[in-house]
Amino acid sequence: MTDADKTQGIPLPEGEADIIDTDYTIGQDNVEGSLGPIGFDIHNPVFMVSALTIMAFVFYALALPEQASAFFGWLRPWLTSTFDWFFLGAANIFVIFCLFLIVSPWGSVRLGGKDATPDYTYLGWFSMLFAAGMGIGLMFFGVLEPVYHMAISEPLGVPSPIAEDGSIIAANVDAAKRMGLAATIYHWALHPWAIYAVVALSLALFSFNKGLPLTIRSAFYPIFGEKIWGWVGHIIDILAVFATLFGLATSLGFGAQQANAGLEHVFGIPSNTSVQVILITVITAVALFSVLRGLDGGVKLLSEINMGIAALLLLFVLLAGPTAVIMSDFGSGLLAYAVEIIPLSNPIGRDDTGYMQGWTAFYWAWWISWSPFVGMFIARVSRGRSVREFITCVLIIPSIVCVLWMAVFGGVAIDQVITDPGASAVKAQVIDSYNPPLSLFAMLEGLPLASITSVIGIVLVIVFFVTSSDSGSLVIDTITAGGKVDAPVPQRVFWCTFEGAVAIVLLVGGGLSALQAMVISTGLPFTLVLLLMCWAVFRGLQTEAR
Amino acid sequence: MFKKIMVPVDLRHVERIRHALDVAADLANHYGVEVCYVAVTSPEPSELGHTPSEVEQRLKAFGADMARLSGHKTTTHLIVSNDPAIDLDKKLLAAIDDAQADLVVMASHIPNVTDYIWASHGGTIAKRADASVMLVRG
Repeated sequence: MTDADKTQGIPLPEGEADIIDTDYTIGQDNVEGSLGPIGFDIHNPVFMVSALTIMAFVFYALALPEQASAFFGWLRPWLTSTFDWFFLGAANIFVIFCLFLIVSPWGSVRLGGKDATPDYTYLGWFSMLFAAGMGIGLMFFGVLEPVYHMAISEPLGVPSPIAEDGSIIAANVDAAKRMGLAATIYHWALHPWAIYAVVALSLALFSFNKGLPLTIRSAFYPIFGEKIWGWVGHIIDILAVFATLFGLATSLGFGAQQANAGLEHVFGIPSNTSVQVILITVITAVALFSVLRGLDGGVKLLSEINMGIAALLLLFVLLAGPTAVIMSDFGSGLLAYAVEIIPLSNPIGRDDTGYMQGWTAFYWAWWISWSPFVGMFIARVSRGRSVREFITCVLIIPSIVCVLWMAVFGGVAIDQVITDPGASAVKAQVIDSYNPPLSLFAMLEGLPLASITSVIGIVLVIVFFVTSSDSGSLVIDTITAGGKVDAPVPQRVFWCTFEGAVAIVLLVGGGLSALQAMVISTGLPFTLVLLLMCWAVFRGLQTEAR
Repeated sequence: MFKKIMVPVDLRHVERIRHALDVAADLANHYGVEVCYVAVTSPEPSELGHTPSEVEQRLKAFGADMARLSGHKTTTHLIVSNDPAIDLDKKLLAAIDDAQADLVVMASHIPNVTDYIWASHGGTIAKRADASVMLVRG
């Protein structure tokens, strides 16, 4: 050996880290081989059981559409109305836990060992976690939710400023505007990001610091010990694959319908299944291209481009809309959020069940069912950050961006509804009739250069789907390869294609709503899982070097 | 004729690249030059180690074993990649320049139909590297 030995890219020394002593070797349960000329390296039985169960559920939804639709159509609202207190209470615990970690001495623990250095710059890192986490939701709900909460759902009993005859009740305007923004921000700021942060932190800690494979089961080592390598772990991983794939496939199906609605609105392209199938195929093809370009050349690049375009659109709406009003809305929305966060997160004794169960509990179940996917992706790109830095950047900064986004898009839309309700396209699409996919385009219609900004909106929706599809394939591939991140590329291609195929089958055969309801229903067991994760993280951090 | 030989290795499958290792050792002894063994790993734990440092220890031990068994001078070079499944070729091409190798000896499978879609790593390196590349089949 000579001095010429090099260690490119390795943070040397990585410093102290508390490696868990286990006899399990990563990949020991994997089956490696080739199917004809195509090589594979898959975890047995997670890969096979996941793939077969997914096919069985698709078949069930297609063969018995009415039964599936009736069952899951009943199950989801039953869960969110029966367990609303549980979802709200658990989400509060996640926020408090994260805030506690920021100020606690364990905040200085570094993911990847005491002297590890980050793999990504702040910009690349932040863009990726945002694009995977909620970019698509901001496009869809940025206009819809503030207007809906101001005018219809009446959170905490704040009355609507819109009378039954469509006229404006001036006395209610200010309070309803404030509450509309606060109630929206509540769903997009600290709470959802705390859910993602708990999962991501737990995975990153147990993988990068404890040396366990990067799969969901690893986070349960402090609870189940060596049993996580058996069926307990298999079930956890299969559930995660299941929620991720169906979450992505059903979102892709609905996303194609939204993009089609936008294309119809802007270009008059007919809204039908054929166009939507073409859209899914295009999105999947672009996602495949991105998959083949890898994490740095694909997801990261697309995420950064999309964040840039989204920032430009935000700036345009801010400047083209009533800027002074928006800035004041931003301030008052943030203040209202700070004031109302405690009453809004109160899980008991509420009268506004339409908002609390129909929106908040639904959202928490939704974020939680997506958390294995988003959390694992965030974990993978977060090595080298300290726990304090990690929580601050995953919790606080995205929250501020969401507040800004909602204040700008929602503020402009609310202003359009209040100042001229008769001419407002937003009022027509959100309040008079309920057309969520068109709400963004309706708001843009009231601003200059609507045809250009609407096209940008459609492009953003599509690219956010591409980044979700790509990062989702990466996550599913890693889980079904037993935590290996260098499994043969055709496996990643398989999952990306499979997800597009499931979306197309469900779109054509029906069953998107039923399976999406089922995914959201997985939020209930996962909530319990996340609560256990908090405890596991707490235990895990105590033995780490600070 | 050659000054430095680079050999990409996958430490999980040393038996599969045995021919390439033997050829590289013969060439190194023939020309009296050193062999640089290069491996690519991800920051995540793998079957080769919990951390990249552990993988690096294994690679160094492998290099030392090769030096002892074959009698030529060895160095090692570990590359950490966030997405090794995709970035392998790019990282190896950069490693050839970094190591200033003028011959790459590399194991490669017998071409099949998938090579029309995804070229083998050896095929890509041979196509793009400035250095001479010797692919050893099977």
